[in-house]
Amino acid sequence: MTALTEGPQAGVAQQTLARRRRRADRLPYLLLLPCLVTIGVLLLWPLGQVVVMSFHRLDNVRQLRGDREWPWVGLDNYAQILGDPFFWTVLRNTVLFAVANVALTMILGTLVGLLLDRLGRRMAAFVASCVMLAWATPALTGTIVWKWIFDDTSGLVTWAFNALPDGLSVALFGRSDWTGYGWFNSPLLFFAILTLVVVWHSFPFVAVSVLAGLKSVPSELHEAARVDGAGPWRVFWRVTVPLLRPVFGILVVLSTIWDFKVFTQYYALAGGTQDRPTFMLSVYAYAEAFSPPPKYGLGAAIAVVLTLILLVVTGMYVRLVLRQEGEA
Amino acid sequence: MSVGRAPIRGGAGRAPTRAGGRGRRQARRLALNGAGLLVALFAAFPVYWMITTSLKPSGEIFASTPRPLPAEPTLAHYRQILTGNLIPGVTFADFFLNSVLVAVTTVLLSGLVALLAATAVARFRFKLRTSFLIMLLVVQMIPLEALVIPLFLMIQRLGLYNTLPSLILTYLGFSLPFAIWMLRGFVAAVPRELEEAAAIDGASRAQIFRRILFPLVAPGLVATSIFSFIIAWNELIFALTFINRQDRYTLPVAMTFFFGRDDTAWGPVMAASTLFTLPVIVFFLLVQRRMVAGLVAGAVKG
Repeated sequence: MTALTEGPQAGVAQQTLARRRRRADRLPYLLLLPCLVTIGVLLLWPLGQVVVMSFHRLDNVRQLRGDREWPWVGLDNYAQILGDPFFWTVLRNTVLFAVANVALTMILGTLVGLLLDRLGRRMAAFVASCVMLAWATPALTGTIVWKWIFDDTSGLVTWAFNALPDGLSVALFGRSDWTGYGWFNSPLLFFAILTLVVVWHSFPFVAVSVLAGLKSVPSELHEAARVDGAGPWRVFWRVTVPLLRPVFGILVVLSTIWDFKVFTQYYALAGGTQDRPTFMLSVYAYAEAFSPPPKYGLGAAIAVVLTLILLVVTGMYVRLVLRQEGEA
Repeated sequence: MSVGRAPIRGGAGRAPTRAGGRGRRQARRLALNGAGLLVALFAAFPVYWMITTSLKPSGEIFASTPRPLPAEPTLAHYRQILTGNLIPGVTFADFFLNSVLVAVTTVLLSGLVALLAATAVARFRFKLRTSFLIMLLVVQMIPLEALVIPLFLMIQRLGLYNTLPSLILTYLGFSLPFAIWMLRGFVAAVPRELEEAAAIDGASRAQIFRRILFPLVAPGLVATSIFSFIIAWNELIFALTFINRQDRYTLPVAMTFFFGRDDTAWGPVMAASTLFTLPVIVFFLLVQRRMVAGLVAGAVKG
């Protein structure tokens, strides 16, 4: 029931208010209508449609326009994917990448959050501003800059490795001249650099959230633990971590969802979607669907698999948020 | 923003008892500040390097020993990308304009729709309210990357392929759930008594909305709009897929198409990246506090 009707008892307004109360039952739904239509058409309908598409053989854009038939193939697309060893390579890439990135982002972000909490006021403000810069930078331009830093002729990293004493460089890596070294050529190095880029971009959010959580913890708790003789390590594990557990939970889930479907950074770093050995699910789905020859049905099936995996993670997220909002 | 609290210090009565306690504390502070500087360097360096490179003449960019700052700063790369034709008849300004057009329209539409919905959720109790909120949360988690294919289908069917409205529509859907989630807090923060008083004075619902709710929610609407703007401004995959005419590229697509490939004209690339990045950084810094609060959705209070 609406709040507008709960005012003081002004007799004159009473009748109008009663009339409004009846109309008010419909009002919230009217207000929601544009939003429901938008979400329905632009998010929910496509979500259903991607499932439908995954059951058809679609390899021509004219089929999408509706000019040609959609041959029903049942589960063929799924059978084709799951029977292809390449899919399992892609899945392994995706999971390993997500796990490594979530772990590194959480660790670095938490450490920086703790650090910001302990620094002096001015130093903390300075470091936080720098951290914000990394967060604010668009994924695309951030990646392009990292690509420039790893450029094989004039990049900073190439220069730094060239600047190593030749003997040391040869002893460690077996080469002294790094000019022209392809930093992105081996899949492992490529993933390492991609991880660097993604962690650089995502640790600020974790750091700032952890910091906000720390500031909401009454400092008396820490003081009390210290007076009782607990060392900083014990204080962290016994006081800080339990109090921050809900924040950690949400951060891990959100990071997992984000790192499972990294696309922009991948696309910029790999220069497109041609480098199959480094494919991850989102890139794989896109490449199958849109690289000629287009295979929209197959791409849709991969997208469905990706969605199902993330659905499980989302379920955990919603439960966490609802528990904290406490208004369900 | 105000960050940090005074580090936990011993109380007045707890002077260091051991000799060297003061020295240890100083060493600790030094170590903390050192770590702080390292983090700051790691986080800010790419942005700094982007801007520095964009101001260096090409000779310095490709010099064998890189300089931290340009010896002879120049705006030549900016001049080149702003005046040169990237393809015949299409300049950087065209891409910039396409991006602005898409982002601003998205912001206006999403702000309007989100405000209505946020009002409904924050001001009324109705049967499906909780279901709606849960749906918002779930919908936010749909991997948009998985929707490229069906939305491509929809755009083809609607005849919107190769048009900017295809992107506006798409970004509207993406920014809406979070915008509502964020705005409902701002609407809920407006004291109901104000509206009640106006209702008793005989103001119509529309008047209450326009004269009371809207002005008070405006700052929140600005914050939310900036968030939607950043989504639309940065987005790459859909822009890549729905637009296949070079004069209609948005900035991100133009960046990957003209600069992100194997060529290494790093001066112009960094100049373009800087022009693309700066508006986002400015906007972002204005709203980041609220974004944290919105994303962790009530887990953090403080």
